[in-house]
Amino acid sequence: MSMFEDANRKQISNRRKKDLYLHLLFIAATSIGIIALMALLINIVLDGIGRLNLDLFTNYPSRVAERAGMKSAIVGSIYMVLIMAPISFVLGVGAAIYLEEYAKKNAITRFIQLNISTLAGVPSIVYGILGLTIFVRGLSLDRSLLSGALTMTLLVLPVIIVSAQEAIRAVPRARRDASFALGATKWQTVYGSVLPSSISGILTGVILALSRAIGETAPLVMIGALTFVAFLPSSIMDQFTVMPIQIFNWISRPQVSFHDLAASGIIVMMVMLVLMNISAVILRNKYSKQI
Amino acid sequence: MESNVAPSTTTKMNFKNSRSHLSDKIVPIILFLCAALSVLTTIGIVVTLLSETINFFKSVPFMDFLFGTKWSPLIEPKAFGILPLLSGTLLVTVIACIVAIPIGLASAIYLSEYAPKRVRKIVKPILEVLAGVPTIVYGYFALTFVTPLLKSIFPSMGVFNALSAGIVVGIMIIPMVSSLSEDAMSAVPKSLRHGAYALGATRFEVALKIVVPAAFSGIVSSAVLAFSRAIGETMIVAVAAGATPNLTLNPLESIQTMTAYIVQVSLGDTPHGSVEYGTIFAVGMTLFVITFLLNILAQYVARRFREEY
Repeated sequence: MSMFEDANRKQISNRRKKDLYLHLLFIAATSIGIIALMALLINIVLDGIGRLNLDLFTNYPSRVAERAGMKSAIVGSIYMVLIMAPISFVLGVGAAIYLEEYAKKNAITRFIQLNISTLAGVPSIVYGILGLTIFVRGLSLDRSLLSGALTMTLLVLPVIIVSAQEAIRAVPRARRDASFALGATKWQTVYGSVLPSSISGILTGVILALSRAIGETAPLVMIGALTFVAFLPSSIMDQFTVMPIQIFNWISRPQVSFHDLAASGIIVMMVMLVLMNISAVILRNKYSKQI
Repeated sequence: MESNVAPSTTTKMNFKNSRSHLSDKIVPIILFLCAALSVLTTIGIVVTLLSETINFFKSVPFMDFLFGTKWSPLIEPKAFGILPLLSGTLLVTVIACIVAIPIGLASAIYLSEYAPKRVRKIVKPILEVLAGVPTIVYGYFALTFVTPLLKSIFPSMGVFNALSAGIVVGIMIIPMVSSLSEDAMSAVPKSLRHGAYALGATRFEVALKIVVPAAFSGIVSSAVLAFSRAIGETMIVAVAAGATPNLTLNPLESIQTMTAYIVQVSLGDTPHGSVEYGTIFAVGMTLFVITFLLNILAQYVARRFREEY
């Protein structure tokens, strides 16, 4: 009898040991991701902090690393987002309202929905090829700020539509019913009740999508955003550059001084992304309190 | 009967003012057009790629493209075999998955089965930050941190190599594997776990024998999506993997992926309409078809093999 008990105890303690070891292994695996993120951030700050001065913001690109700045790239990124924001907001939210409020549950709706989720998985460089053919050549917008903004709009639209749909879906049925009960039409209900209730959720999604666009490089390389722009774009038809393109250009050079400059540029870009993400989180918190 | 119906419709009419009546007719059409734009985008992508690719195949035989082992469209003697680009892409992607799938899956198991709520609340957002870092930043990280680190282990390794790029692409897709797998695991009902615990199972046994099998379709689909994402990744490989189309499986060598090739051509000034220009469409088409099929596969796996409770 005691022999069985001993064997049993041994088996249990073995299984417990195994559980403990794997617990530690899982913790280790999880921390790899965190350690990698820390290494990345520390590496960039150490490399870039030295060149992080006012020149970076006020100077145009230069062949001399010591004098080079990213003024045109910072302004280009801001302009691009300012053009994108209204277009992608209207198109994305419009599509989301249609799919959530108006669309009948039929094959066409299912097809559009499937199509949106498929588009979200298309590599960004393919959007670049599309933009190059349709906007740069097809509509002869050339390598302009507008071409870049329109291409990036197509890229972020699926993300905006899906998040706006989620925000609209979270609006309680009762709000719509209340609006209908007061005699409002469908559009009055959507415009006066559903949209105000979901707007902070929608804006959160839009800001996150725009912050993705700020960091996106590949499609704009295809569009032909220049890497050496010593002027600020004065109209939407002007040529332009953006922060990630400027950073890519600096990384591609062999000199270490340009690599450090790229690191400073990355710090500027990341700070901008962090600020956008913080504002998105603030909006989201406000939103979750509201409903 | 008739006299009852008629007044009620007229009163109904009186409630509607003409402006809202009009808006309820036009607005759905405008909104539908917004939604239809996504379909137009897809059609645009397919038509763009297809028309230029067909042009391209008028001057380059299809079989030479698909099975040729040499890719040098810009330098004489010209050769248009995509296999070196495919092998380069595959090499980077496989390295990325070797890094991301075990780590991502282990993180998912830890977060969903082991981690206390407090730890989970901190660790999850940190992993999500990894997904939000721009790819050009990962490219910088690969070139200036990971490559020198690897060089101290493999001194013969070049500045541009598949290994460093692959590892960093892997780090980039960890959050994709971990958060999608964790979603699948959290969807497994608590009662299944409780049943196993009641029989005396340890946490590891619950995770391995109950949760993972029940969430298997979601886990596989997350892995397929991560694979597809790695294939389409551009800037990391453009910065760190090199620009030498090389039919090799040696991760220490410089290679070129499909995406990096497209970037290389668009950085130069290749004349519009030439065969060289056509290559970006043919390569882009190949890329699009592969990622499209993988995404469909991921959706199919998630739906077809889902365990319903």
